[in-house]
Amino acid sequence: MGWFSTTPFLNVPDSTQITYRKSSWWKLNQQRLTPWIFLFPGLLLFLVYVIWPIFNSLYISLLQWDGLSPAIYVGLSNYIELLDDEYFYISLMNNLKWLILFMLAVPIGLGLAIFLNQTIFGIRLIKSLFFFPFVISQVVIGIIFSWFYNPRGVIGPFLDKLGLSNYAILADENFATYGIIFAGIYPQIAYCMILYLTGLNNLNTDQIEAGRMDGAKGLSLFKNIILPQLKPATFLAIVVTVIGSLRSFDMVAIMTQGGPYGSTNVLAYYMFETALSEYGYRMGYGSAIAAVLFTIMMFYILFFIYRMYQSEKKGL
Amino acid sequence: MKKIIATLTAILAMGFSSSFAGTLVINTDLTDPAPKAAFEWAFNKFQEENPDVTIEVNNFDHEGYKQAIRNFLTTSPPDVFNWYAGNRMLPFVRAGLVEDVSDIWSDTGWVDGNLTEGMSHAKKPMTIGGKQWGIPYTYYQWGVYYRKDIFEANGISVPTTWDEFVAACATLKAAGVTPITIGSKYLWTTAGVFDYLNLRTNGYEFHMALTKGEIPYTDPRVHAVFDKWDELVKPGYFLENHASLAWQEAIPPMINGEAAMYVMGNFSVALFKEGGLTNDNLGFFQFPEITPGIPMAEEAPTDTMHIASGAKNKTDAKRFLIFLSRADVQEEMNKTLGQLPVNSGSKVDPDPFLEAGLNMLNNAYAMAQFYDRDAPAEMASEGMKGFQEYMVNPDRRDKILERLEKVRQRVYK
Repeated sequence: MGWFSTTPFLNVPDSTQITYRKSSWWKLNQQRLTPWIFLFPGLLLFLVYVIWPIFNSLYISLLQWDGLSPAIYVGLSNYIELLDDEYFYISLMNNLKWLILFMLAVPIGLGLAIFLNQTIFGIRLIKSLFFFPFVISQVVIGIIFSWFYNPRGVIGPFLDKLGLSNYAILADENFATYGIIFAGIYPQIAYCMILYLTGLNNLNTDQIEAGRMDGAKGLSLFKNIILPQLKPATFLAIVVTVIGSLRSFDMVAIMTQGGPYGSTNVLAYYMFETALSEYGYRMGYGSAIAAVLFTIMMFYILFFIYRMYQSEKKGL
Repeated sequence: MKKIIATLTAILAMGFSSSFAGTLVINTDLTDPAPKAAFEWAFNKFQEENPDVTIEVNNFDHEGYKQAIRNFLTTSPPDVFNWYAGNRMLPFVRAGLVEDVSDIWSDTGWVDGNLTEGMSHAKKPMTIGGKQWGIPYTYYQWGVYYRKDIFEANGISVPTTWDEFVAACATLKAAGVTPITIGSKYLWTTAGVFDYLNLRTNGYEFHMALTKGEIPYTDPRVHAVFDKWDELVKPGYFLENHASLAWQEAIPPMINGEAAMYVMGNFSVALFKEGGLTNDNLGFFQFPEITPGIPMAEEAPTDTMHIASGAKNKTDAKRFLIFLSRADVQEEMNKTLGQLPVNSGSKVDPDPFLEAGLNMLNNAYAMAQFYDRDAPAEMASEGMKGFQEYMVNPDRRDKILERLEKVRQRVYK
């Protein structure tokens, strides 16, 4: 408080100026540097655990390597082999099936959320029961569903009535993937429902009132007033669902291990199978599959970032 | 954490007692009760006999071990680890991670081993490039396990030829019993059937040549195997929906009397008996002859013990391997394991399945390890996928064999 009104400042202006300038580099750049200093630990981890592994696996995908012996550089031959690998195409198609069918979790989750968004006695208990599939582990869901699908299990009598006695969906190369997706979508619906329930809690009641006064009701009220307000929730639900479908690994690993004979493989599991499983010693080939999966995800992520950037720009 | 402690103790022990033998670090996957008990006995016995050695065991989960082995052999090798014979150890041997133990086998300097006599029949699967890379301590037979009472009720006697076998299947099928149960979710069970059909149709040398990649999968002799397989698959003699069942899940149909036979390894007996079958209604027979005159070779997968090339305590590691190959040790361990000792000097418990197995293997022309241990990993995994696909869609045989041929050309080049 007092220092700038003291006499030395007036009497010896040069020296003061020099000392002032000496301490000024930090002061001048403080604003610019601080964010980087705070970002540094995060960036370091990001570089070591995300960026470097990405480039490293891209490099490994050019090698022929069993993970033990010295690696041999083989150029693009892993990718060329991939083009001629029918299991790869099966996995790619299955990934697509996952992506499309998984999207059903979003509207179903929305429907459930609206259904549960009521104030009646005991609704909290019922809500928590609907949360349940999201809370329990994917592994447990996978195991329970594979028991459930066993034709000798609980669905046996129903299958008999349908004339499908002894039908095991997980042994049917044409439908096994749908069986797994159905099991995978079960917790995903709960996840979307939770997102929508929070969204529904934050609805602006004034807008709904106003809409009602203007004569909106039923479907048109929902479509024009409620759904636009749920846009952030929808966006998030779609994002997590797409990511969930692309990394569909655990369900496949638990329920079929990619079988019967590779018909339920997805890229993530196929990568694991070729590179890391009991019989997998092909690090290079596995990395090539990973590179393809990475490219697919990259397209999606770039699109997502672009959209976010655009809407942020509009928002500002 | 365990591993770190073990390594630390190993380092400390070496520092303090360099004149003594010190600590022996052993990595294993003993999660099942029987192997665990057998090895605990062996560890105690070894320590009793060698009080100067402290054993440190790093125990891994059985399935996780198959992945962990690659890490620990390259980063922090133990002294001793267990694995499997045949081509299964090839990647590790080729990468120089396994210690050559030919000196134990050739007896030079290891007088108490005397392996050449007791285990000469098991030397071949332990040999890569003319050297031995470990010692076998247990094996078990494969064959056909069947329901004696169902066979009797349908007037079937134990088949010894292929025609009798197929006829037995037809009779069972007509009686409403699934002739052969199988669970192929994890694929390897199909390889057991393939191996036996191949061993009986073309013989042991052909099996080895095929798994070594010397014969195309489109060869007419491979087709001959599938012709025989057709005789079982096309009339529907195998359990329905086997692709969705683990091997254990295919056992209940046989316990319930819905199925009559299972081409399996002897480890299944414990499960059959747990399910209520006894020596009175559960039987075992050798897989029947197909091509007359071909000497009968059998499947006998062997479990083995190895020394890591990066082992710190190779002296005690070798002492342990020699200890493990002794007749009395193998006898005691295999009593607990319920399997067969490899050392021919060991006696076997009076169990009808073990006796039948021992009798069969002692008279065997040769012993195959198993498709997925004789063939390299990549070929085995593709091959077994193909076998499973064939068993569900026998019409796709040509397409499958062409695909396997493509894989063979890539894997063995």
